[in-house]
Amino acid sequence: MADTSKSGAGETAARKGLRYVDDRLGTAGFLKRSFNKVFPDHWSFLLGEIALYSFVIVLLTGVYLTLFFHPSSSEVVYNGSYQPLRGVPMTDAYASTLHLSFDVRGGLLMRQIHHWAAILFVCSIAVHMFRVFFTGAFRKPRTLNWHIGVTLFILAVLEGFAGYSLPDDLLSGTGIRIAYSVMESIPVVGTYLAYFVFGSNFPGVDFIPRLFIIHVLLVPGILLALISAHMMIIWHQKHTDFPGPGKTEHNVVGTPFYPTFLIKTNGFLFLVFGVCAALGTFAQINPVWLYGPYNPSQVSAGSQPDWYIFFLEGSLRLMPNLESNIWGHTISWNILVPGVVLPGIMFNLLYAYPSLEAWITKDRGFHNLLQRPRDMPVRTGLGVMSLTFYGILYIAGQNDVIANTFHWSLQGTTWVLRVLIIIGPPISFYIARRWCLGLQHHDEELLHHGHETGIIRRLPSGEYIEVTKPLPPERAEVLAMQLGHDLSGHAALPSSENGHGPSGNGHRPVGMMARARGALEGFFFERHEPPRANPEDDEPKTLTRP
Amino acid sequence: MNASPTSSSRVAGRLSARRRSLASAAFVGVVLGVLGMLYAALAPGGQASTSADPAVQRGRDLYNQGCSSCHGFAGVGARRAPSLIGVGAASVDFQVGTGRMPLQHHGPEAPRSRVRYSQQEILDLAAYVASLGPGPGIPQFNDADWQKADTAYGGSLFRTNCAQCHNFAGSGGDLTYGKYAPSLSKSTPRQIYEAMVTGPENMPVFGDKQITPDQKLAIINYVRTIKSQADPGGAGLGRVGPVSETVVGWLAGIGILVIVTLWIGARA
Repeated sequence: MADTSKSGAGETAARKGLRYVDDRLGTAGFLKRSFNKVFPDHWSFLLGEIALYSFVIVLLTGVYLTLFFHPSSSEVVYNGSYQPLRGVPMTDAYASTLHLSFDVRGGLLMRQIHHWAAILFVCSIAVHMFRVFFTGAFRKPRTLNWHIGVTLFILAVLEGFAGYSLPDDLLSGTGIRIAYSVMESIPVVGTYLAYFVFGSNFPGVDFIPRLFIIHVLLVPGILLALISAHMMIIWHQKHTDFPGPGKTEHNVVGTPFYPTFLIKTNGFLFLVFGVCAALGTFAQINPVWLYGPYNPSQVSAGSQPDWYIFFLEGSLRLMPNLESNIWGHTISWNILVPGVVLPGIMFNLLYAYPSLEAWITKDRGFHNLLQRPRDMPVRTGLGVMSLTFYGILYIAGQNDVIANTFHWSLQGTTWVLRVLIIIGPPISFYIARRWCLGLQHHDEELLHHGHETGIIRRLPSGEYIEVTKPLPPERAEVLAMQLGHDLSGHAALPSSENGHGPSGNGHRPVGMMARARGALEGFFFERHEPPRANPEDDEPKTLTRP
Repeated sequence: MNASPTSSSRVAGRLSARRRSLASAAFVGVVLGVLGMLYAALAPGGQASTSADPAVQRGRDLYNQGCSSCHGFAGVGARRAPSLIGVGAASVDFQVGTGRMPLQHHGPEAPRSRVRYSQQEILDLAAYVASLGPGPGIPQFNDADWQKADTAYGGSLFRTNCAQCHNFAGSGGDLTYGKYAPSLSKSTPRQIYEAMVTGPENMPVFGDKQITPDQKLAIINYVRTIKSQADPGGAGLGRVGPVSETVVGWLAGIGILVIVTLWIGARA
């Protein structure tokens, strides 16, 4: 009795606290709903979480760094404990970075964790984006979230570049110099724009303080707001899932947010922390003391940006040296095209892709179930093609280091990559699409014949039959849906409602755009095997002995 | 020399003006002859005049065996290899002392390689090549000389003059058409100095008016300091900048995390 009253009293105390909050904010209903929120289980759904958690690490370590960093271009003479730079004149920004690295307890570790987490942040955004793209998770109703995601990617790249540039070392100053020239290459407004951003001719004294505010306040603020929006939309729309037994367009199957998902995701948070801390401890990153202070008259061999800018560096390196002079004004195509036009096209295509695909496929339906890459061979092909294009630029951005490592000719690598950038993407599109079609073929065989057992049976008549083991019915059902068959027969659905087939409404399209759309649609859904109209064809193959 | 009196006696009394001009021509001939003999006696490079030095003699034998097939006898050069007259002892000490010579194969760059000659043999070869014509000698300084030079000043000079090819930490860098600036990690102080004064392979010569001897020693001190200095942030990743960091980021960073997600997914 005494025990009961004691626990009852304890319960009351806990409840009292909760009730106090609930009475004032009415949170109980929200919490109850939220705690029961269901999250599906698939490893690839955790990729976005890497981005979220590395962003948390970047924020936490970044706050520590701001306590010691001086965003100032004023000249000082270094007098700290790093002997090989003592007495060298440098900006306060660089001197404070050295101070942070050598004379602040834990400063270098924090800097390195910050930098590694930033690298992982952009890496994981990219990997997460691959998952979303290749599974069709960007389709309606999640188009807006795709747009937010692309914006986050661009901002993460800008934020990373700003952070890389802040210490004002020789490497980052070289990068800023390139950025300045890329701005200058924009016709008519270029020089004005560059002057506006830098406040003077390069390098000037205004840029570092401006970059600092952009890096620690403006972009992180926007990133935080957009990440919140990104996650609230996920929360509201619920997570997508791959088709599976009992999974439909109208339900979510998985583990509840509380306790299972919450504990798991927290564990994952600490794993991401652990990897960043281990990298920060054991792998040196951005050794600014070796680069030396920035001096416009100096440059180091092998000056590279961080990985997410490699593609721009590469496009600049691959572009032939073209320039024209129009009415006394020079237009540097060799900088304008690879530095401004190309990234503009690339990022706009990323934004536009969901709408483009929906326009071509006339797919206006809601999709909560994901597709496998093989289910949409053309989309997968386009994705692989873009990645090949990006990958070649990425490699070109480090071609001097590659040429030096393997003792190749630098010009040789440039020319090989120039050829590859033209022929590589179509070839990779073809291979990826054929690969998907092959996998589809395999799936069809599984569906109609089942697994091979390796047993060949001889019938009394002398006929030989290959014995196959049919798929379990729930697996067959899922596979049939993924292949775009309805469940009774084996014909492809004639409607586009599930996004698997052309609309094929029998009307000839009118107008040029409509005809183009129709042609693209046919291309999108083209299959190299005829639809199986006759189930009799799908009988197991028989071998007859003469 | 005594041809002019005979010729003058032959034409004596007939054309005194011609006699005078012949006499002056003879005088010019005498002066030129004397000058020529003086030059032959005093100018360096004559084999006969240097053969007294035993190092040069030994060096000549080594040269004739190991180098003359490409560089020609007496270092005059040939189609396959340049003349060595005037390259100096420093050049020989650098090229042979780093194993670049004898050349293993023709290419855009002679790589650092196993040293084929003993220290004494290298000095003999250097003495012989130095005897062919004047050039930079093997620099004479000891460790204390460069160790007391100003490291930070050397660093500034290094970033201005060297880093654009050899990279910020002397890890080496790529040049055009298969040429490259090698890593300085194996270079001795003397070799760094010799490289600066002789400009081997594709490297420019940094003469003493461009970079004074004291500045050269400061650069050497910086290169050696950086080389011996531990990487405070963990593994140095080759000190080539973001390229190796990127490989680590993708493989060790996101690679491990993707494996972790697969592990978590498999346990679901």
